[in-house]
Amino acid sequence: MFHREGRDSDLDDEIRSHLDMAARDRRARGESARDAQSHAMREFGNVGVVKEVTRDMWAGASFETFLQDVSYGVRMLVKSPGFAAIAILTLALGIGANTAIFSVVNGVLLNPLPFPNAKRIVCMFQEKSNFPKGSISYPNFLDWQRENRSFESIAAYRWTDGTITGVPEPENVRAQRVSATFFPILGVNPIVGRTFSADEDRRGANPTVMISEGLWKRMFQSDPNVIGKRLTVAGQGRTIIGVVPSSFHLQLFNFRTADVYEPIGEETDEKFFHRDSFWGTNALGLLKLDVTLEQAREDIKRVNVGLAATYPDVNATIKANIIPLKEEIVGEMRPVLLVLLGAVGFVLLIACVNVANLLLARSTSRQREFAIRIALGAGQSRIVRQLLTESLVLALIGGLLGLILAKWGTIAALAAVPRSVPRSEEIGLDPRVLLFTLCVSVVAGIVFGLVPALKTSHANLGGTLKDAGRSIAGSRSRLQSVFVIGEMAMALVLLIGAGLMIRTLAHLWGIDPGFDPHNVLSFDIHPRPSLASESPDSIRAAYRQIHSTIAGAPGVKYVSLNWGAHMMQSDDEVNFWAEGQPQPAHQADLPMSLEYVVEPDYLNVMRIPLLRGRFFTDADNEHSDRVALIDESFAKKYFTGQDPIGKIVKLFDFDADPAQRTWIPLTVIGVVGHVNQFGLADDATMPLQAQLYRCFMQASDLNIKNIGQGASVYMRFQSSLTPEAFFKTVREKLLAANGDMIVSDNESEEAVVARSIASQRFSVSLLGVFAGLAVLLASVGIYGVLSYLVGQRTQEIGVRMALGAERLDVLRLILGDGARMTLAGVGIGIVAALGLTQVMAKMLFGVRPTDPITFAAVAVLLCGIALFACYIPARRAMRVDPMVALRYE
Amino acid sequence: MNPRYQNRIELLQGTLDLLILQTLMWGAQHGYGISQVIRAQSGDVLQVDTGSLYPALHRLERQKWIKSEWSVTENSQRAKFYQLTAAGRKQLAEERSRWTQMSDAIAAVLTNRPEEI
Repeated sequence: MFHREGRDSDLDDEIRSHLDMAARDRRARGESARDAQSHAMREFGNVGVVKEVTRDMWAGASFETFLQDVSYGVRMLVKSPGFAAIAILTLALGIGANTAIFSVVNGVLLNPLPFPNAKRIVCMFQEKSNFPKGSISYPNFLDWQRENRSFESIAAYRWTDGTITGVPEPENVRAQRVSATFFPILGVNPIVGRTFSADEDRRGANPTVMISEGLWKRMFQSDPNVIGKRLTVAGQGRTIIGVVPSSFHLQLFNFRTADVYEPIGEETDEKFFHRDSFWGTNALGLLKLDVTLEQAREDIKRVNVGLAATYPDVNATIKANIIPLKEEIVGEMRPVLLVLLGAVGFVLLIACVNVANLLLARSTSRQREFAIRIALGAGQSRIVRQLLTESLVLALIGGLLGLILAKWGTIAALAAVPRSVPRSEEIGLDPRVLLFTLCVSVVAGIVFGLVPALKTSHANLGGTLKDAGRSIAGSRSRLQSVFVIGEMAMALVLLIGAGLMIRTLAHLWGIDPGFDPHNVLSFDIHPRPSLASESPDSIRAAYRQIHSTIAGAPGVKYVSLNWGAHMMQSDDEVNFWAEGQPQPAHQADLPMSLEYVVEPDYLNVMRIPLLRGRFFTDADNEHSDRVALIDESFAKKYFTGQDPIGKIVKLFDFDADPAQRTWIPLTVIGVVGHVNQFGLADDATMPLQAQLYRCFMQASDLNIKNIGQGASVYMRFQSSLTPEAFFKTVREKLLAANGDMIVSDNESEEAVVARSIASQRFSVSLLGVFAGLAVLLASVGIYGVLSYLVGQRTQEIGVRMALGAERLDVLRLILGDGARMTLAGVGIGIVAALGLTQVMAKMLFGVRPTDPITFAAVAVLLCGIALFACYIPARRAMRVDPMVALRYE
Repeated sequence: MNPRYQNRIELLQGTLDLLILQTLMWGAQHGYGISQVIRAQSGDVLQVDTGSLYPALHRLERQKWIKSEWSVTENSQRAKFYQLTAAGRKQLAEERSRWTQMSDAIAAVLTNRPEEI
């Protein structure tokens, strides 16, 4: 702008100097001073107009010319709505997909966790031989808390039962037990009241509870005087001391944002305070300001050395596993998200190539416009700048539309496969995502606009249009062909990626989980709150009654009560000592097995294969000998080469006091097939494979008192019913007979199995969508280019036909062009894919990244699609009338 | 309306460029001087309108074929002088040859009779 003022005054001076000289010459020729002046001025002409026209020549790269270009560009787009619509839609799809994935990457990987000291917070586990992230026993935790020197504070947490009674509508909610230091570490401030004090987090303290904002609204109508009110959870009356805001979200292995929080140390069951009790407790720690993760690990190692020496029986091999909080939450997602980001980048590239092709084709019709511009004095850089501005306008409009598409798309995708992505509540269009979209739009605009702009402006400088016309069309169409080959290659890579994931998913679905999940439903029951305090016989009678009530419900084929581990949902382990094995020196060395406590019909509910011996019957009850079944992994590992039937397995009686702990001997009566406890995909790699089944009604008196708090029900129902309808009838019947029972967490077993591979299903859906998009765009691209080429070659085709070529020859000619482009693209794509799919190796299951079947199938598919896209232009070429073609110019 | 303007011949923009560049071949000159030279050398036929001259000069300068410098005339008047650059010299040669080609072609058409095609 300042530049312009200087130039303005310079021009003023120049014109004034011209007028002075003209007047001077006139005076020299004899005119009077006044005449000379006025004649000179008249001869000069309108000074203002001359200045104006001269100033137009200054149009350099200034903001005003940019705005001019923008408005001109918009006008040009309005004039060709068809082109604009296709280009904008293509760009919107490409940019929108990128925005969507980036918003996920942003929310999950890039954004810091929503806790003030997130970088210093770590997750703590006890590393066990079977579980790298195993639970911590509470006494060990307390020692860590007391003896460590590297943490400001640490807090333990575990899941607990959240059955709320004593209200008009009793329900079962998510509940967690946490240390008093838990919320302070995370920097969570209650919106009403306060967090637990250290005194409340102790044995024998007055029972207190914190509730979630959601529960506060639902059950207490956001009453500001809720502090001090009572709430009965799991049969225990508690005083409400605070409300946790609904902005608090956290999802870890043993922690889910809950409706009810209780102090972990105020446990009434004294078994919790045994050093060898592992109740699914994990911990969080806040590192001191100047302490690194490594230092903290060393510090806890030091504490553990002391613990191992003091309590060799339990802690001989105690080890801590400390991981940064963010890593724990998002670590697994990182490779998947990065692959998706790469995939969607390809889609955008393909979209850009398509639009570039469109621009190249369109530039032919704009030749005259640019010829005029050049005649008016525009240089090549001026034209390039103008064309780039038009491209930017296209890109920005496409980007805006893409933002809208991305918003909808992300919501739909996350709703389709819930809980497959951690931190999903933090995914949204925040400023960084908007900035990303803007940058991507600008870069895309330059990418697809630059080459056509250069081509177009260069073409017109050549001089006469006639001569240059053909050779320029030739180089233009060669460029378009190169673009199309590139598109096909990228589409092929994406398709192969999607194909590999589809095969992975197919393999996963094909895995035999060891049981038949179809037409199986499970739910949790919490019988009357007083049940746990009744006599063992009373508890058993209650459950027997529950069993017969359910068995009589319509649609029920088989029913089994269940306690202990639940396949693919939760695990429960027991230490044992198998007959024939040497007695371990330390309790910590005891081998571990998964434990399922089931009824006789469980075999028929889950259809687990019985390999040897027999399953439980009704004759196995609390009055008969204790029996058990083991799975084939257990048999192979602990009874190698022997017949396990009749052998004794001694279970460590955790329910008893430490002083009175004994071994409970069980006789093995059968061997069953192995089930995938840890999910379809993950089970094979888990170290803990041994599985043991014991009889529900044979639970010891102490054990049955635990079970009195709640158990699960597994049923096989008639296939003609839907799970929802079936559950409704069962629930009604059950509640009719047991008014104060709480029924919760019903889920069909098929859903449980599907959930275990949710992450792979998520990836497949997204990759499939992107691959589909890519193929669609690439097909449109090849169709467009071939149509254009056919149009360009109409004359040539006419000549060929006039010279005797058959229609079939023409068809072969055009198809040959298309085929050559396709084959080149497919060839390049295969080579590229061989390298690129290595990136996906971790996400695959049962198929190699270079799987030849997938490669071949995809190549054939893409060739077929491309052939189809070539067909219409080819047919049009075939129908060319030589007479018309030869006349056409 | 000054009767002299009636004889003015509008010059095509490309041709004006050629004339300006050629004029500057003889040395640096200011805008007024260039228009006077062209008029004199063409025998008063070609009278360059300032509305074409100054835009042309500024455009040629932007295209880096001429460059400008404020200086003083022999009559001690301050004026903006233009001179050819090396690129301008090359451009002049190209435009001269194109002009010659064009005019030869037109002359040929005007003198040849139809049967001689």
